[in-house]
Order: sequence, then structure tokens, then C-alpha cells
Amino acid sequence: MVKDQEFLEKKASYCLGLAKKLGATESSVIVNNSVSETVNFRNKKLDESNRSDDLGISITTYIGKKKSSISSSNLLDDNLNILIEKCVEATKNTPEDEFNSLPDKDLLAKEVKDLSLYDDTHIENDQKIDYLKKLELAASNDKKIVNTESSFTQNKSNFILANTEGFCAGYKTSSFTASSVIVAKDEKSMERDYEYSSKCFFKDLDDAGELGKQAANQTIRKLSPKKIGSEKIAIIFDKRIAKGILSTFASAISSSAISRGTSFLKDKVNQKIFSDSINVLDKPDIIKGLGSRNFDKEGVKTDTLKLVEQGVLKHYLIDTYNGKKLNLKSNGRFGGTSNLYFENGNISFKDLLNSKSKSLYITETIGHGSNIVTGDYSVGATGFLVENGEFKYPINEITIAGNFKDMFQHITLANDLEFKYATNSPTMMIEGMVVAGK
Amino acid sequence: MLSMNNFFEKSDISRSEAENIVSDTLSKCDDGELYLENTKSETLLLDDNKIKNSSYNSDLGFGFRAISDEIVAYSHSNEISKNSLRQSSENLKSTLKSVKGTYNHEIPKSNKKYYDNINPIEQKSLNEKIKILNEVNNYLRSKDNNIKQVTANFLGEQKSVEIIRSGGESLTDVRPLIRFNVSVMLEKNGRKESGVYGVGGRQSYDFYLKDENWKSVCDEALRIASVNLESKPAPAGEMKVVLGPGWPAILIHEAVGHGLEGDFNRKKTSAFHNLMGQKVASEGVTIVDDGTIDNRRGSLTIDDEGTPTEKTVLIENGILKNFMQDRLNARLMKTRSTGSGRRENYRHIVLPRMRNTMMLSGNQTQDEMIKAVDKGIFAVSFGGGQVDITSGKFVFNCTEAYEIVNGKIGSPIKGATLIGDGPSSLKEVSMVGNDMMMDPGIGTCGKAGQGVPVGVAQPSILINKMTVGGTKL
Repeated sequence: MVKDQEFLEKKASYCLGLAKKLGATESSVIVNNSVSETVNFRNKKLDESNRSDDLGISITTYIGKKKSSISSSNLLDDNLNILIEKCVEATKNTPEDEFNSLPDKDLLAKEVKDLSLYDDTHIENDQKIDYLKKLELAASNDKKIVNTESSFTQNKSNFILANTEGFCAGYKTSSFTASSVIVAKDEKSMERDYEYSSKCFFKDLDDAGELGKQAANQTIRKLSPKKIGSEKIAIIFDKRIAKGILSTFASAISSSAISRGTSFLKDKVNQKIFSDSINVLDKPDIIKGLGSRNFDKEGVKTDTLKLVEQGVLKHYLIDTYNGKKLNLKSNGRFGGTSNLYFENGNISFKDLLNSKSKSLYITETIGHGSNIVTGDYSVGATGFLVENGEFKYPINEITIAGNFKDMFQHITLANDLEFKYATNSPTMMIEGMVVAGK
Repeated sequence: MLSMNNFFEKSDISRSEAENIVSDTLSKCDDGELYLENTKSETLLLDDNKIKNSSYNSDLGFGFRAISDEIVAYSHSNEISKNSLRQSSENLKSTLKSVKGTYNHEIPKSNKKYYDNINPIEQKSLNEKIKILNEVNNYLRSKDNNIKQVTANFLGEQKSVEIIRSGGESLTDVRPLIRFNVSVMLEKNGRKESGVYGVGGRQSYDFYLKDENWKSVCDEALRIASVNLESKPAPAGEMKVVLGPGWPAILIHEAVGHGLEGDFNRKKTSAFHNLMGQKVASEGVTIVDDGTIDNRRGSLTIDDEGTPTEKTVLIENGILKNFMQDRLNARLMKTRSTGSGRRENYRHIVLPRMRNTMMLSGNQTQDEMIKAVDKGIFAVSFGGGQVDITSGKFVFNCTEAYEIVNGKIGSPIKGATLIGDGPSSLKEVSMVGNDMMMDPGIGTCGKAGQGVPVGVAQPSILINKMTVGGTKL
């Protein structure tokens, strides 16, 4: 059982009280507990069970403009006493920073809306096993499948965020996640692919059979890939890859990258950085949303932001510290975005595939090839050659490269947005990128 | 063992009670243990001319594992108490309902230690560390007017572990680890580029910082950023690649290292699973994974199952010789553990992982390699890599590289991703240098969501054919 609000609140107020007694002028604390249970299957048999019960506390103390923090998984009072004393001592010895402070009181969230983020349902391990049996059965139909590994996780979490400005709030969240990784083999090659579903409520989770079938099909179609030559070609990013490009955009507009001057999007507010029709939203109040929240990790209320309107950048993602440095108010984005997405484009997935006589459809990228200082992008990729709207054959051992500044200006989006992750994009086409192959 | 953590000191459960629960839970299992861990760590960060972060973390917990045949049951918690340990025991028993195994008590012993029992955090005061970070900032900013940003940080850690096996056998280790990193950003004529460098290992801060050693770390970060400021677009396509010694051995880690981990080969999902005893690299290529080098980031006295580490020969003169094994995969593949069972912390199960992965020296020189290339690139520094162990395709991202034209090093080129095929790329190695070098000690390897500290090493090598992911056609 995940710890209740009363337990977490008691710990939080103990810490705030002790910090004050030891000389902190202000302080904030987060206490959280997360209990998760996972069952893994391999080749239609039980492979692993894993139960975790994680407690955590993190405390930040201020003395005027001096700041330091500690965190621990040991919540016994004895240990907290030692750590908070250590924290206050470290605070005294840390140099002042004029921008250090708790959030402005008037920006703190006043109410906690019920966004339906917690499902009380408990899925026993036997039920998880049933789900996985069904999944792996559906995934193992084809003889080319040589290995299946699937997993079901139930997670229940609870937290309290409190500070010396009187803020004290928190709530429970839950998630149910199923995934399947498949390996298929033919004479020429061995390939791997996966499918995944994660929801706040168990009843919304994808059907086990469908998930298994999907994972298997996506793997089999990758067999016997070819390597193509180097050329400039239109790239179509599958939704699961396109969302990564949106995440890179989010890190480039974080107030810390902007205030440090280490982003290629610095000073670009009110400038056109995407193609005309592109809109980007960060909407924290989606019911059952995987990224939904009432306030950020500092307690600042989070409202919906239209980050990009008709291609024009409208906001950075601002926290208290970097906001003060930039002379801007926090918009509740400490810790990043909530439910971030591109609005749908105007054409269907099919029309997007058809829009070029030849293009590359990318289903997986590997490597950490995004540089937010320069905007340079270069990653390894796997996918398919598309000719006249048809998937011709699988491709691997290639790289795709470009610079985000140009790539953003050449985006076309399909109208197939779905909310599968916390960050989501419709299928995306970018023109003008370079493929390196043979 | 004076400084060893007593995990039961402030708990309502005594050591002998805990031992009894362990023995009772594992009685009919093939293997398993109670793993206890206490980690103290600190982070100090200077950024944008200020001390941005000073934080301290204390993490305590246990992970209880029971194994029967291929099935692993695991349960972990932060609370070392009677209640919590009993609950974990019940969880494990409910997964492994009707087991009939025989517990394997055998575990090799060794008296060798590869690092000292120290707590690096306590060896230097907060004020001293802050002073050095400020000196780093002032030193760099006074060196070059184009410097727009300096970030420097210290990470220090002491991890105490105890492994209690069925029957009460206890194995312990205390592991120090530190890391010092510097990153600079330059801006010139509207163009921005950055450079990063760091050092670290399992010894005290002073070893790395004495005699103003930190200056050489600053100089290197600044040098890389300055080179990149003059870089032009990287080429796209297949070409010859010369890799410098040391850190570029990320290639070895990605191209063959992961594919030779026992779990993927037991499951036959690695591109290498059916290549044991076969030629997987050019003659002259020997690769080892070594956990026994004093004070290195990837070294361990014992692994996280209690097995002493060793120097495991993976590829000898081009022939595949061994996989890296933990106890589970070793038992199922009827071989022995190579002391490669590792976990990020008590929250995670053990997996076979790399330690310090090294390609040994040959007898050619870097000069000979450069001269042998008409058109290609010379890659000196890398940011990281990744591999798909099933297809064998791997990438690594270079952060400092130059073009080679007609046997001579030319202009610097922008960072790019290089992609290759693990089982075939080491057959394309046509020269192995005589200049093997260890990396500076900052590597972290990720697998199944778990990060563990690792090392790499290699001499300069010439690869006949790799795909370079630039933008210039």
C-alpha cells in the first residue's frame, strides 16, 4: 500500500519545523512514496517478478540568498535530524546567489483539481500473468519470431510538496504499463522491435492481444533490411520518433538553457521558428493525461501554454530561479513540460506518405545526436523506403542529419495525433535532411 | 572491519534474524541473496559564475532476490525492518510457488582489493571544494575572451554494500567514486560551440586535483571547444576512419561489448550468440574486460553478487573466446561467473555488465594510419554511443574530429554520428596502434534503465569502412 497523505504531511512538516529551528530562513520539502509491481514474461513463461517500495525525501534550505539541499531514502527521524543539520550547515557555507528564492507567493497553486490521475484498482500478479499470457500468445504466431519478452507494471505513487510560505499539497497518481519486445529472424537478419501502452486507469490499457500482434508485425516487417546510398531525401518520422524532436525543442526553450545562453533558440520569442501552420501546446489539465498536473515541482500553478502559434515561438518554459534571472515570471515549468504536443496538421497519414515520390519512413533512431547549443542533429536510424505511398523495403545502418533551425522550418504534420505518451506528435515529415549510407 | 556499515544497527531486526529469513526464503531456490546498500553522495555545481547546486544524498535500502531455474523474483524497499523483510520474503515465495532447487553455496574468494576504504566526500571540506570550482571559473574566463559559459562540477560517492547469502555467508565492499567535469561554451562571430572534459575514478579528489591538476582538465575542455569553433560540416557516407587512443574505445564498448554480455547470448538475441570460437575481428585485435585495475572507474573488488572480479578475455587475436557472465546466466549456460554481475543500486536486479573494456596494443603508429588514408576522418573525442544488440548496429557520436585528405590531417569537422555493424566492423580494423591509453574515467553505461560506472581503453586504430553521418554529400 502506498503511504497516505497524513504520513507524508507529518514528515514534511517535521522537516520544515526542524530546518527553521536550526536556522534556515526558508525551506521547502518534497516527500514521496511509490510502490510498483512488475511481472515479466519471456517466451510465454514467467521470467521475473519485481516489487519495489520507494520512499524519498528532498529538502532545500535557504538562509537569505544562500541555498543547499539534501535528499534521502531513509525517513527515520534520527537520520532526518542528521541530514537537516548537515543541510543547514552547508547552506551557511555556500555563497549567496541573488536569484535564489522560493516561488512568489501569488504564483503558487491555490487549488488542487481532480484530474482523474489515480485508479484504485489493484491488479494481482495472477491477473498480470493472464494479460501477459494473452499478449505473448498473440505475439508468437509467426515462425520467424524467436524471442518475446513482455512486461506488465502497476505503479501507485503519492507525494506532498510543502514550503515555508504555507504551501502544502500533493495527490496520488497511478499508472498501468504493458510492453513487449520481440526478436524475429530470417536467413539474412535478426531484428528487434516493440510495442507499448501506458495509462492512468487499468481499463483504458490496450488490449493484450492487439498489443502483442502489433509488436510482432512491427518486428517481422523489419527483416532483411538493406543499406541505401547517401542522399538528400524527405524524412517521415513515425509518431514514436517525432515526439523526440518535440522533446528536444522543449529542452531548447527551458529557461535554464536560455538564461545560460546555451540554446539555439535564445532570443527567439516572437520570431517564426517553425513552418507557418505549426502550433505547439503544453496542456497540464487533460483528464487522465500521462503528463497532467496541478502545479510544478515548486508548487507554482501550471496553466495551458500555447508555446508556438502559427510557427511563432510565444513562451519559454520558466521556473522561479531562471525566471528571476531573465526578469520573467515562472509559468510553472520547473521540471519541464506537462502534456506537450503538436496540434494536428491538415493532411492524412496516407496523403503524407503519398506527397513525395520517394521518402524515408523512420521507426527508430539510436545515439544521442541532438546538440541544443548549435541545433545540430545526427543520429543512427532504422526504417523503410517509401515510394509512391508504398512501403518498399526495410532500411538500416544509415544516419540522418540536419540542423533543427532548418528542420523546424520544413515540417509538415499529418492529422493523426493521439495521446499515447506525455509528449506527443502526429506523424511528421521534414524535407532537406541528409541521409548517410553506402 | 571498523568503517563497514552495520545495516542492522538502528533496525528492529537483528543480523541473525535477517539471516534466518534469507535462509528460509532461499532454501529450495537455486540461488539468491539479500543485498544491502548504503550510499552517500554529494554534488557541487558551479555554473554561470555561481555555485548553483550544493546537495547531499543518503540512500539506504535492500534488495532481496530468489532464483529458481530461469525465474527471478525480486523485492526491494528502503526500510530495513522485520516487517519489510518479511513482506519481501512473502512476495518472493508467492512468485516461486513450487520450487525444488538446490541452493548453490559456492562462491569464489579473493583477498585482493582494487581501491582503498575511503569516503572521498569527507576528505575535503565544502569550502575547499567551492574554492577550487571558483578558481576553475576564473582561470577559464581569464584565458579566452570568447568564453560565454563555464560549468564545473564535483560528484563524490561512497557506496557500502553487503551481500548475505543463504546460510549466513556475508560478503562486503566499500566503493569510493569521484568525478570532476568541466564544460565551456565559446561564442565567436555569432557562432556557439562547446567542449567538455572530465576525470575520475575510485580514489580521493586530491589525486586528481593536486598541483593544480584541474588546470589540465580546463585546458582540454577549452581546446575541444576552440577546435569546434573552426569546424566545417562533416561528410556523409562510407569512408575510412582513424580513431585516436583512449576514450574513442566507446566503439569497442558498443560494437562488441554489449553483444558479449551473457544474458543476450543465453536468450540468443545477440548478433554474437552463435559466433563463439569464430573470427569476429581482424587478426591482432585482442579485447578484454578487466575489473581488476587499481582505482579505475569500472573496477570492482567484488561484483554485486559477491564474486571477485577478474580480467576476462573476450576476443583473442580476432577469435571470440568468452562472454561476460553473472551467476544466473553462467548457471544456465553451464559456465562460471566472470564477476560481471552488476546493478545500479538496490532498486535493480543484477545483470551481466562491462567493467573496463579494453583493446590491447598492436605495433603500428598513428602516423602510419593517417598516411594510409586518402579520404576519411580522424576522430579524437566522443560523447557517447548506443547499440541495438539484436541487429548489431551501433552508433557513437564524435565531439572532436578532423578530415583526412591524402594522408594528412585537415580541417576540424562538426560533431557527427558514426554508424557500423558490430559483428563485421572489427573485421574492418586494418591497423592496431602501439599507443593504448585508458579513458579519463567519466563513463557511465546504461542498460535496461540501469546506469553503472565503466571504463574503456584502446590504442589508435584504422577502420577501413564506416558510415559517417554528416551533412556534406
